[in-house]
Amino acid sequence: MTPPARPDSSPPSYRGGVFDRQDTLAKLLIAPAVLYIVAMIGAPFVLAVLYSLSNATTGDPSLHLVGLRNFTAALEDPVFRLALRNTFVFTLLSQSIVIILSRILANALLKPFRGKWLVRFLILLPWTAPISLGTIGWLWMYDSIFSPIDWVLRYLGMLGTATALLGPQTNMYWLGVPGLAIASVILVNVWRILPLATVIQLGGLSSIPRDLIEAAEVDGASPWRRTLMITIPLTLPIVSIAFLFGVVFTFTDLVVVYVLTRGGPVQTTQVLSSWTFFKGIEAGDLAQGAAISLFMFPVLAVVAIFILRLARRTEVV
Amino acid sequence: MGRVEIRSVSKKFGEVRAVDHVDLATNEGEFLVLLGPSGCGKTTLLRMIAGIEIPTEGDFIIDGRVVTDLPPRMRNIAMVFQSYALYPHMTVYKNIAFPLRARGVDEGTVRKKVEWAAGMFKIGRLLDRKPRELSGGERQRVALARAMVREPSVFLLDEPLSNLDALLRTSAREELRQFQRRVGVTTIYVTHDQVEAMGLGDRIVVMSQGKVRQVGTPMEIYQHPADTFVATFVGSPPMNLLEQEHEDVLLGFRPETFMPSDAVEGSEGVVTYPFEVTYLEYLGAERLVYGNVGEKSHGRHVVSRLPGSLTLPLEAGKTYPFAVARRDLRRFDKKSGLARPGSVV
Repeated sequence: MTPPARPDSSPPSYRGGVFDRQDTLAKLLIAPAVLYIVAMIGAPFVLAVLYSLSNATTGDPSLHLVGLRNFTAALEDPVFRLALRNTFVFTLLSQSIVIILSRILANALLKPFRGKWLVRFLILLPWTAPISLGTIGWLWMYDSIFSPIDWVLRYLGMLGTATALLGPQTNMYWLGVPGLAIASVILVNVWRILPLATVIQLGGLSSIPRDLIEAAEVDGASPWRRTLMITIPLTLPIVSIAFLFGVVFTFTDLVVVYVLTRGGPVQTTQVLSSWTFFKGIEAGDLAQGAAISLFMFPVLAVVAIFILRLARRTEVV
Repeated sequence: MGRVEIRSVSKKFGEVRAVDHVDLATNEGEFLVLLGPSGCGKTTLLRMIAGIEIPTEGDFIIDGRVVTDLPPRMRNIAMVFQSYALYPHMTVYKNIAFPLRARGVDEGTVRKKVEWAAGMFKIGRLLDRKPRELSGGERQRVALARAMVREPSVFLLDEPLSNLDALLRTSAREELRQFQRRVGVTTIYVTHDQVEAMGLGDRIVVMSQGKVRQVGTPMEIYQHPADTFVATFVGSPPMNLLEQEHEDVLLGFRPETFMPSDAVEGSEGVVTYPFEVTYLEYLGAERLVYGNVGEKSHGRHVVSRLPGSLTLPLEAGKTYPFAVARRDLRRFDKKSGLARPGSVV
């Protein structure tokens, strides 16, 4: 038997490891996130601002500040102005269509029916495919000679005969005619965001308590009134989030335009991100590219603020 | 105005019959309570009257008009949901105004009626608030006001008091009863709480497994239960049921009628049992005495409820002579559970 230990004058002081000190631990755990934001978002952003104020090129990326020359030059360029307009038009049009279609889809998916899981799966599928691959698929759909869309139109007698609705030519040349090219780009953007928006809308709709809808029914509200007065107001925050997410994705997207049209025909489908790429990387004018891309910043900043606000509002309700 | 007839209504969910051939009719201005354990079909029946559930068979007639195929908004009924179902994005004013605006009532009339309904339920000062800023009791009043504002011919209530705390529930019950008397609208009220049912109902409909077991005044239900289900579901503690030797009959009597034999008197005589006390509960106003009667081999468990004023000393483990007056005895068929008419023994 060991003799009883000599009583200590002070209780054994246990200094816990780092995991016991909450403030140190907190700093440690948040550090990777801070590092990531500084290195991958903060630094490139500062660099972009500096480049936009310089005359750097891919051949000579040294910084010689030249003031706002790049911005004024961009604004005077008609292609830039077209790209700016296109970016807004493509984004707002495609996302408005997305909101309407996703609401219809979500409503349909709320009802129980056979094979529902299959339909859900198929709707979500585009979201899981890489954008570039999906867009290449669309490139084939829009092919100037072998387009399956044109096949179908010819088969239906809407194309390729003297009396056909869409004209006597055998092909539509989807990506070769300015109006059609714009519509094609918008359609692909709709196709791309629709799955996400549908899932978000589905979540929003199924979060409305059944009681509320039934109460409105008993209170005498017609289906229209129930939609306008109950369903839409209650899902507005989450629908807005779906809309703003779509806006961010579409507003900054390069792939769809780059793969489908490269901005053509004659720059009519050019958007800010594609124009940035062509100017800054392919033409080598880093400074111009940086200036063009910075025009996206105010819009995205405003959208981000809205998303944060809405996210807080949905938390409260 | 306000007569609801239910003709042979059934509702199936898959293979389950939630409501099974129910026939029922309310009187005008009556307060009718649907009482039963959860899953007995009472809420489904109410929802079918409202029109938010479609019956598998049978018909609903409100004021002489078959409404079975009409949507809820064409039935002129109002309903208060268990959750109250207040529209969370609307103020109290807009909540109450909703049924009126849905009917295209002009704004001047809407204002007058909303203020009338709010005054009736004393919620005038809450009109600018949102539901989430209200207490449970206030929400319940708003739900009632929203239901009443359109002056419906039938008023449906689905356990409207179950979300209130016990103290509030008692006062809300009393208010609800007085209010219903004042406006005189036919009311159908669903609850699983027999105290609510007894206190509120002009008549009570006891339901179990989708079927109506008994329809009657609270007194009829309590005093003359139609079967052993009603006898044991209504009353707390439930009616004692004693098996009889040599007879396929169950003898029923309420715990408060089973007393020490000295305290029992009956013009038609009494039945006395040796009562072996096993357990006592002192509840202040009353004492509950649990024990067995008759020979041990039969082990027949009964409860006696003694008023607090009866201070007779009783001890567990001892046997006392207890008795029931013959007029308080009820007889039930052992197989079917149905009450047998006629006098006892």
